[in-house]
Amino acid sequence: MNVVIVGCGRVGGFLAGLLDAEGHRVSVVDIASQNPARAERAWFPHLPPSFKGETILGDGTDLDVLRQAGVERADAILALTEGDNRNLMAAQIAQKIFGVKRVIAKVNDPVRAQTYRKMGIDTFSRTTILGTLLHAMLQDDREVGEVLIRKSLAHEEELAHEPVKAR
Amino acid sequence: MYFVVAGAGEVGFHLSQALLEAGHEVTIIEADRRRANFVQDKLGSIVMNAAADEGRAQMEAGCSRADALVAVTGDDAKNLVICQLAKLNCHTPRVIARVNNPKNEIVFKTLGIDETISSTRVLMNVIEQELPSGGFMPIMPLAGTDNEMIEAEIAPGTPPAGKTIGSLSLPSGALVGGVLRRGKLMHADDDTKLEVGDRVFVFGATASESEVRKALFG
Repeated sequence: MNVVIVGCGRVGGFLAGLLDAEGHRVSVVDIASQNPARAERAWFPHLPPSFKGETILGDGTDLDVLRQAGVERADAILALTEGDNRNLMAAQIAQKIFGVKRVIAKVNDPVRAQTYRKMGIDTFSRTTILGTLLHAMLQDDREVGEVLIRKSLAHEEELAHEPVKAR
Repeated sequence: MYFVVAGAGEVGFHLSQALLEAGHEVTIIEADRRRANFVQDKLGSIVMNAAADEGRAQMEAGCSRADALVAVTGDDAKNLVICQLAKLNCHTPRVIARVNNPKNEIVFKTLGIDETISSTRVLMNVIEQELPSGGFMPIMPLAGTDNEMIEAEIAPGTPPAGKTIGSLSLPSGALVGGVLRRGKLMHADDDTKLEVGDRVFVFGATASESEVRKALFG
């Protein structure tokens, strides 16, 4: 699967690592930092050292940057920046202009998440997902969280054993 | 009419002021508290300190009874979402977005926002069209139509100098709406004789712009 990830924070970097390890072709886009003196890889601090995919510095709502990231042959795009609006714009560009089939946007405002889901953009809200999970954990509601927590603990274990690349 | 203006930066502030002076009702939504207070001091209590990209704030601002919403923040993604939310949730009949990156004009159109204003594009048009042929400048499109207003200065040795408006070979449908002579606005009809230095205002189809140019400059 060809996957484009816009926004390489903790979640984006984590997911990119998982997909890359499974053998998918992943490219990640993140906006350039203001400090040009640092090496490019430093802008992607949340990618695991083993990451073999592409990293693109640029604005993920820019048509040319998305093209450079391979959106034209992408099977899926995930918009995971810290800005709900940027995520929604990148997701809509991918879907409506480049015809990407699987489009997922992180939208933390539940109202916006619902509105755009009705429009056909697959949105998820960290607010409601995390809130619901925590609520279930507090209530000892095993049904809701158990699979999720077991899986994420396993991923954490893998990450902890990633070899560290010393500089 | 009732307008909701999203964003009280320089553009939003002056736009709101102009709309108020023209007798319209305006509500401004501004997320920054200090800026909101500043604008409130200048324009009165028509400012809402809230995030315009939140559905709730748009409802409170009365987007569902507004004649138009204008999103003029400096952030294209935000302007896009503000306009889309107003259309979807509040059914605001007319939404207009400021586009900072001219590349996004086509993006916004594809995503359902028909009216965009790009200051970069406007400036480029002025620069590109003013330089080559002296005093010929499409000043503005006439909203909602395929027509525009053109301002042209009559230059020495061109076909209209010393001739009447009726004798010009303007394309059909184009008309001269007025003449500015030595700073004074004059009524214009077919018998008006044009002089060098006159500034004429031509209304016509955008598609026939080059024919208008030809009629005035040869």
